[in-house]
Amino acid sequence: MSDKKRIDQPTGTETVGHEWDGIEELDTPMPRWWVISFWACIVWGIGYLILYPAIPMANSATRGVLNWTSRGELDAEMKAETLRRAPITSALASIPVEQLAGNERLYQAAVEGGRAAFKVHCVQCHGSGAAGSKGYPNLNDDDWLWGGDLNAIHVTLTHGIRQPDHDETRFSQMPAFAGVLSTGEIDAVTSYVRSLSGLEKASANTAAGATIFGNNCASCHGADGKGMREFGAPNLTDGIWLYGGDKATLTATVNQARYGVMPRWNNRLDPVTIKMLAAYVHSLGGGEEAPAPVTAPVAVSGTSPAKVATNVGN
Amino acid sequence: MVSLLSRVGVWFFIALLAFMAMALGADQAYSVHMAIICVAALIAMAASMNKFDFVTRRFPALGGPALQSQYDDDPIRWGVIATMFWGIAGFLVGLIIALQLAFPALNLNLEYTTFGRLRPLHTSAVIFAFGGNALIATSFYVVQRTCRARLAFPSLARFVFWGYQLFIVLAATGYLMGVTEAREYAEPEWYVDIWLTIVWVSYLAVFVGTIVKRKEPHIYVANWFYLSFIITVAMLHLVNNLSMPVSIFGSKSYSAFAGVQDALTQWWYGHNAVGFFLTAGFLAMMYYFVPKQAERPVFSYRLSIVHFWALIFLYIWAGPHHLHYTALPDWAQTLGMVFSIILWMPSWGGMINGLMTLNGAWDKIRTDPIIRMMVMALAFYGMSTFEGPMLSIKAVNSLSHYTDWTIGHVHSGALGWNGMITFACLYYLFPRLWGRSRMYSLRMINWHFWLSTLGIVFYASAMWVAGIMQGLMWREYGADGYLVYSFVETVAAMFPMYLIRALGGLLYLSGALVMVYNVWMTVAGHLRDEKPMTETPHNADADRPYVAVPAE
Repeated sequence: MSDKKRIDQPTGTETVGHEWDGIEELDTPMPRWWVISFWACIVWGIGYLILYPAIPMANSATRGVLNWTSRGELDAEMKAETLRRAPITSALASIPVEQLAGNERLYQAAVEGGRAAFKVHCVQCHGSGAAGSKGYPNLNDDDWLWGGDLNAIHVTLTHGIRQPDHDETRFSQMPAFAGVLSTGEIDAVTSYVRSLSGLEKASANTAAGATIFGNNCASCHGADGKGMREFGAPNLTDGIWLYGGDKATLTATVNQARYGVMPRWNNRLDPVTIKMLAAYVHSLGGGEEAPAPVTAPVAVSGTSPAKVATNVGN
Repeated sequence: MVSLLSRVGVWFFIALLAFMAMALGADQAYSVHMAIICVAALIAMAASMNKFDFVTRRFPALGGPALQSQYDDDPIRWGVIATMFWGIAGFLVGLIIALQLAFPALNLNLEYTTFGRLRPLHTSAVIFAFGGNALIATSFYVVQRTCRARLAFPSLARFVFWGYQLFIVLAATGYLMGVTEAREYAEPEWYVDIWLTIVWVSYLAVFVGTIVKRKEPHIYVANWFYLSFIITVAMLHLVNNLSMPVSIFGSKSYSAFAGVQDALTQWWYGHNAVGFFLTAGFLAMMYYFVPKQAERPVFSYRLSIVHFWALIFLYIWAGPHHLHYTALPDWAQTLGMVFSIILWMPSWGGMINGLMTLNGAWDKIRTDPIIRMMVMALAFYGMSTFEGPMLSIKAVNSLSHYTDWTIGHVHSGALGWNGMITFACLYYLFPRLWGRSRMYSLRMINWHFWLSTLGIVFYASAMWVAGIMQGLMWREYGADGYLVYSFVETVAAMFPMYLIRALGGLLYLSGALVMVYNVWMTVAGHLRDEKPMTETPHNADADRPYVAVPAE
């Protein structure tokens, strides 16, 4: 088998002299470009090992001439970025949220920051376009459950809605009417509610429903059905439905009630980011002017609904 | 007689143990697996009583013309069929999960058909079932021819084949039932790992035994690569799967490693599964079948020595590049990157040796569809072994990591290199193993070639675009220094790419189905009447072991 060296005709190269099942091997030298490239990679590699942390020792590893670390690089980049943003963040930290709308430059900066934070923290429920879905409010319209001025949005973000184990959370609870009202009464009242936004025409049934509504629902949703923001009670006349305005869904809502929860963010996000989120949500299209001074801003968060939370909610 | 009795006894004992374990099983999946093992052991027992060749007796076509070849080719005939079978299964599941990514409803809301369970089914089916059977079958074929000796331990060789199929069945059914160690490419649980270890050590014994009894003075380069693949995979498998079962009657186990050590062990394994299973093993196939099909000498003996030793020395260190910018210490990341880049040229050594072997036979690329497949395989091998070192550079990796670029890279290697070279070798083997003058149709090989190539191009380019787009979107900052896109926006943006990827997969699967038909007709003994293409003649008289001179 061996020592059958011969010159291969097509290439003019000598074979090595081995043969296996008819396979021979040529004694071609390794391509020069290949050898040079291989050595170049090795030399580059040695250089890189000298410059960067590389060789493990007893307790740690060689640190490299450049003294580079991945954590150090990240730290430097984060510091530089924090420094670059410092004027905006410190201004946002000191300005009261209700004055934010009055400062156009700062407001726009907050909206941009809020847009990014929204994509990380809020899109899971409210959708990447903030259009919401069943049970998760659309934030682009001007229909607000708990209030749509900067301060109200800020309170909602900070303390959440029906957040368990948090005294300051926004709280209310719609009772379930199954057993309280008969099936016929629920049929009447849902028809009446649907008639408020023109989904059904007035009839004997809606007239009966109006009475039932007045006795059972008006205390929260208002005699006119336009809702009350102190209780997060939705406006039933505007044709905007959180869970659905069809007969079946509405019947289910009255029977079992709804209990939507939004988490509070003051234990996860820093105050500046929450302000940015408030500005972003406010900017989406339905943001309202701050209401007349004194009344709303303080009252909403602190008093009755929150107290109800501790008693009823837990 | 005594050996037959003891063999039957051993199988019966194993069946009994498996039956007891099934009865005592703590979870359902474990019991199902023990039932499968019990049935397999009973079949093995029956086969032993029948004095083996159960399959060839039932299906004579699978036995082939045993008299024409003196080499022990039965396990190889089974192996190439198994390769085709698992290949189709693996490609099909791949297409399904590609479509699931585009249309999530295809998860069917069933635990058994969710992406999370089908994905390891796909990877294991194509790597270990399709690739593994191709490697075992070709290695048994090549080692006999290049040693001019029949397989050592023929019964053990048959055990290796059937034992490996049992491993595949246990792994695949386990994935569907949710049994997993959650280690990528090493998902099977501890008892399946033990079984694979037994099979693999038997494989090593058959292979080394055959080399030891060789009638050639030197060991051919293909056998170096096969041997490095078998030994290294054994080592990787043993270390990465070190774990402690919760109970010997339950499927769950816990890894011996924790935290970043666990991650490093896993990717030391994971990357070298690529390096030694999908690279070294398939280079071994290349080193035998390319010179045989081209009828040309290997380009450079010296290059084969240097690139072999460089490749196996360097590959084993490259794993940490899978863990760039993680909790892995910086020094380990540096080493992973540096070794990966130095690995570039040794990897290309195989491509050069393969392509340049065609010196003096370049015209065959036009006329021989099998050579065309081999050349395309080597081209994709060269491309992905350039792309790999490039992706291991930390600056590139910070963009590419966790994106579909990685998926594109893997598939240009897997579909282009592993798939194409396997198809080419199978097209070489089928007529020879069944004593046919050529494949049923060489024109259909050409169809297969173009369907696959087009499929790969669609697949890889779609994933490159998707991955780079995804990476750029993730790191896109607005003027104020805030991230521009949410994660779900990057997912939505990739939808068209996912469709193109699925189309590529469909084309690749279609090519493989054309091959199935071609193979079926070849084995059935038909020749298609068509305009001829270049074929490499088979010298059946020379294809026999050295000592087979004494007449029957």
